[in-house]
Amino acid sequence: MLELQHIHKMYNPGTINEICLFDDFNLTIEDGQFVSVVGSNGSGKTSMLNIICGSIPVDGGKIMVNGVDITKKKDFIRHQSIGRVFQDPSKGTCPSMTILENLAIADNKGKTYGLGRGTNHARINAYRELLASVGLGLEDKMHTKVGALSGGQRQTLALLMATMKPIEFLILDEHTAALDPKTAEIVMQLTGKIVKEKKVTTIMVTHNLRYAVEYGDRLLMMHQGHAIIDKAGAEKKAMQVDDILGTFNEISIECGN
Amino acid sequence: MTLVLSVLEQGMIYAIMALGIYITYTILDFPDLTVDGSFPLGAALSAVLISKGMNPVLTLVIAFAAGAVAGTLTGLIHVKLKVRDLLSGIIMMTALYTVNLRIAGRANLPIYNMTTLFDNALVKKVFSGALAPFANTIIILIITLIMKFLLDWYMNTKSGYLLRAVGDNETIVTSMGVDKGVIKIIGLAIANGLVTLSGCIFAQQQRYFDISMGTGTMVIGLASVIIGISLLKKVTFIRVTTSVVIGSIVYKACVAIAIRLGMPSSDLKLITAVLFLVILVLGMDRKKRKKVA
Repeated sequence: MLELQHIHKMYNPGTINEICLFDDFNLTIEDGQFVSVVGSNGSGKTSMLNIICGSIPVDGGKIMVNGVDITKKKDFIRHQSIGRVFQDPSKGTCPSMTILENLAIADNKGKTYGLGRGTNHARINAYRELLASVGLGLEDKMHTKVGALSGGQRQTLALLMATMKPIEFLILDEHTAALDPKTAEIVMQLTGKIVKEKKVTTIMVTHNLRYAVEYGDRLLMMHQGHAIIDKAGAEKKAMQVDDILGTFNEISIECGN
Repeated sequence: MTLVLSVLEQGMIYAIMALGIYITYTILDFPDLTVDGSFPLGAALSAVLISKGMNPVLTLVIAFAAGAVAGTLTGLIHVKLKVRDLLSGIIMMTALYTVNLRIAGRANLPIYNMTTLFDNALVKKVFSGALAPFANTIIILIITLIMKFLLDWYMNTKSGYLLRAVGDNETIVTSMGVDKGVIKIIGLAIANGLVTLSGCIFAQQQRYFDISMGTGTMVIGLASVIIGISLLKKVTFIRVTTSVVIGSIVYKACVAIAIRLGMPSSDLKLITAVLFLVILVLGMDRKKRKKVA
């Protein structure tokens, strides 16, 4: 269970650009829940993810995982149980290394990165099967540098790498936003499949209202540091894009978008 | 003939240093000026330890360790104290100047008639007669190749994978649950270990230590790395480390030719700098050059 308790976060405190983003923000996410998060620009979606992952510090409040306070824990320690995929496909992979080397790095997560051989050759077949299951033909390009792949291929690889090892939380930060509609669809379907198979607690920020409605078992709409819509279970299941479109337009107009 | 041998010898000694710069500059994307201090650090240690009669092979080990400490300190200054990369190197370089003077005791220390890597009983026995003039070249070739293969091996370990990853994309290292700062420090330690080792061999080959030895190390190393990588870009079957070694030899040859053409040896640093500029500009992609203009 992940809990954000009384989170306070200000940007540029003490300057004329001071922005108070979160003022007593609370959120509880149950184990195994798949939460889709939508909202206007600057509503705090990505900041929320950064706070959970430890990429930015909070000014007040607590972040609890299974009852343990992790607020003071460094980002890399938190990532030991977090898999994360970013909007930018280049953030989840190493461009100058091959697909095989990238997978080998991800496969070693949670263990020591010592002086053993970087790629475990006994695992290559498993990697090939994993890549083949996506159906993008990546299994024939194992020795290609990742920098030579398309954005969609890289994002697919990033998603596979993030979920390769058992993790407690999968954090998806607009991970289909930089892809063309067709590739975005493929990556989104793969995401749904992985989350279902691994039963991992997932938080997905997206600008695509249809994805938010179609995927996940809880929907949050963020606005000015608050969740103005929070539906789960049957209510979420019955939800249609049109139901939230009105509210979404309202808050978007308010923000000048 | 002597000229060719001396180019090969110095080129290969500097190649070990260039391998270090390859780690910091190409892999870590860290302009590490520590090397201008850690190269003479190796030379100073070498001169003092050799004149005290230490086993020459042992001096190599000590030099590498000392360089690794210097690199670690640069890394700590950058990672823990959050000083900018270039400044961290400059701070260490300046500090090392005094450290080197303290180690050597003075600005200049000759080590003639001592047991060195190139002048000992074993070498005299193995390289006798016609082989004798090639002794230095062969010894240096062996050491350089060992260091190259060790580095190749390290780059293919799990730890080496992360080192390559951190320069490529820091975020991925964090995502793997590893402190990226530690990986950077490891990289700087290995790099400066190699540079100091190179300085150690250089002092034994030249038979003296001089405090000004380190000036321009960074430039020589960078030039070697850039020549090696851009010359041999199309040759895919050789490793980058091999390209760097070849680049270093080519660079030394260029400098030797310039001196042969009548430039006085006091102009050496100027030649070094101008040659580096030429290489840098030629090495840039045509497109990039247009962009700057």
